[in-house]
Amino acid sequence: MKTNKLVTTVISGLVVGVFAASCSKNPAGNSPASGGNAPSSPILINGAGSTFDYPAFTKWFEVYAEVDTNVQFNYQSIGSGAGQKQLLNQTVDFGASDAPMSDESMAGAPSKILHLPVVAGGVAIIYNLPGNPKLKLDGDILAEIYLGKITKWNDPKIAALNSGVTLPDSGIIPVHRSDGSGTTFIFTAYLSVINDAWANSVKKGTAVKWPDGVGIGAKGSEGVAGQVRQISGSMGYAELAYADQNKIPYADMKNAAGQFVSPAPDSVSAALGTATIPDDFRFSMVNAPGAKAYPIAGPSWILIYQKQNGDRGKHLVGFLKWAITDGQKISPILDYAPLPDALQQRELKLVDSVTY
Amino acid sequence: MSAAEASVAGANPGVNRAVSDVSRFGDRAFEWLTLLMAFSIFLLIALIGFELFRGATPALHKFGWHFLAGREWDPVNDVFGALPFIFGTLVSSAIALLIAVPLSIATAIFLTELAPVWLRQPLVIFIELLAAIPSVILGFWGFYVMVPWLHLHVYPMLRSALGFLPIFQGPDNGPCILSAGIILAIMIIPIITSVSREILRSVPGLQREAAYALGATRWEVTRIAVLSYAKRGLFGAVILGLGRALGETMAVTMLIGNAPYIGSSVFAAGQTLASVIANEFTEATDNLYSSALFEIGLVLLGVTLVVNALARLMLITFAGPSVKPQH
Repeated sequence: MKTNKLVTTVISGLVVGVFAASCSKNPAGNSPASGGNAPSSPILINGAGSTFDYPAFTKWFEVYAEVDTNVQFNYQSIGSGAGQKQLLNQTVDFGASDAPMSDESMAGAPSKILHLPVVAGGVAIIYNLPGNPKLKLDGDILAEIYLGKITKWNDPKIAALNSGVTLPDSGIIPVHRSDGSGTTFIFTAYLSVINDAWANSVKKGTAVKWPDGVGIGAKGSEGVAGQVRQISGSMGYAELAYADQNKIPYADMKNAAGQFVSPAPDSVSAALGTATIPDDFRFSMVNAPGAKAYPIAGPSWILIYQKQNGDRGKHLVGFLKWAITDGQKISPILDYAPLPDALQQRELKLVDSVTY
Repeated sequence: MSAAEASVAGANPGVNRAVSDVSRFGDRAFEWLTLLMAFSIFLLIALIGFELFRGATPALHKFGWHFLAGREWDPVNDVFGALPFIFGTLVSSAIALLIAVPLSIATAIFLTELAPVWLRQPLVIFIELLAAIPSVILGFWGFYVMVPWLHLHVYPMLRSALGFLPIFQGPDNGPCILSAGIILAIMIIPIITSVSREILRSVPGLQREAAYALGATRWEVTRIAVLSYAKRGLFGAVILGLGRALGETMAVTMLIGNAPYIGSSVFAAGQTLASVIANEFTEATDNLYSSALFEIGLVLLGVTLVVNALARLMLITFAGPSVKPQH
């Protein structure tokens, strides 16, 4: 009984203590922020879109809170398509998308929209085979697997690239994303560049018509990763972070220079460095030239209006400049590829064109 | 049941109404309020239908009735058809009923007719617990535990034993229409069981006693006195389960393999009306694409209505105007 009472006292003491601490902390945390002539409540900037960017944004917002204490971010990771729509409807201050906006959508916008690549990521080809061997693959093999032309793991084409690996005589179960996704866009864009049969039938998109009766669809990157981990003989594609976190083996891919390259922040950065990037920054970086470039990779964009209004615009531009430069140092920790210096400089120029 | 009892029961409402007519404004207000509430349900359904229709207008204009018969679902080339999804929805629900109905009704019979009294309550609690599990949890369990197990042990057995039937041929990928049907069955068993149990409990004891008095065996009592008396109600229980199976989204999306494909095998991946909406809505950038998804919602509403209407029709034709439970 006595110990019970003691425990209760200690717990209630703790609760009160924590409560008091949190109460006193709030004003203390805010006072340096409102120290100058800044407004008492921080400016709230709203964004919506890509789920791929979400981990990077979360980290950035957290770190940036110390750089600019007068601004607060609210980002909803509702998908690239929805992000584009929200920006067009002007319900958010910025959108984020894994696919560039189409000319048609841009024409429907109330004023000019800028594309700013802020992160880039590689798409890993993951698989589940007995003994977890390291595989080497190329784009044609991938296309033929997903078209249903290569159906066995010990197909001569796969064996030719993987001498010394014992490949089982079992069927390949290709897994694709069932929900619309920027990852699917990058994957299908790559296959369209490499394989004519793919370019003429399936084509590229965030959601495509997968060939009838070939493989299965799983919802979300976690769905694809989970599926591949569960079912022996399956293969899929997912962002590098998912493959790494789930410890699923992934293949080295043959790039445009004929080298086999593993997906990693470095090899994706290398692809960013060699890809041809136009001035409106709407580009694709699949199958980029360069011996170190990983071929299945893509950027993700922040979308903003060139004409911003007043104070919000000023703070948003401040954040974007920070994200393009200092923010990039954080990217590799989260398995994103940092933007090369030359690209950072070009983007800063575009950000300078924003009016507010 | 005597005449006196009946007359007392009949007289009571009359007395109440007389009182309320004179003095109770509250009763009238209450009546109107409940009427309003009841009416708001109609309004809600009409609004949902209208909004779906409005969202679907571009797709309705472009595809017309072909939308229902179209087998293609190709967002890249803007070709949309709902047939594979209608197929997937109906087949997965049918598999679920095939598994769940015998199990549930047998469980309900055991619980009301045969189980020792001390066992009844614990079993009922377990069934209600099963009903309380959110579908996404069942989906997770299905994805990580049930499907790999089925894939390794059950499906190869099915294939070797029944492989001569076309529905058990073709490659087995794990997630498939059969997997989705099995998880749906698990989800609707508690509903069908608990409703069936209530129906069976409402069968008057006199019925059973009369049958026993005629020298019927236990099976004959159950079949003649209980089941035939309760068949309308049991049918209703099955329809409730079917309603849930048709619209179930999360667990099915995780287990069906998500391919808009009409295959002859239950091992083939499929896709349902609800799961395609859940899968593709967030990234549907294109106008026609998102409006096609709205139309899928409209089709789902239609399929549910048609199935319910057919069920009512069947009820009238086969079961006849039989006695209903009194309360």
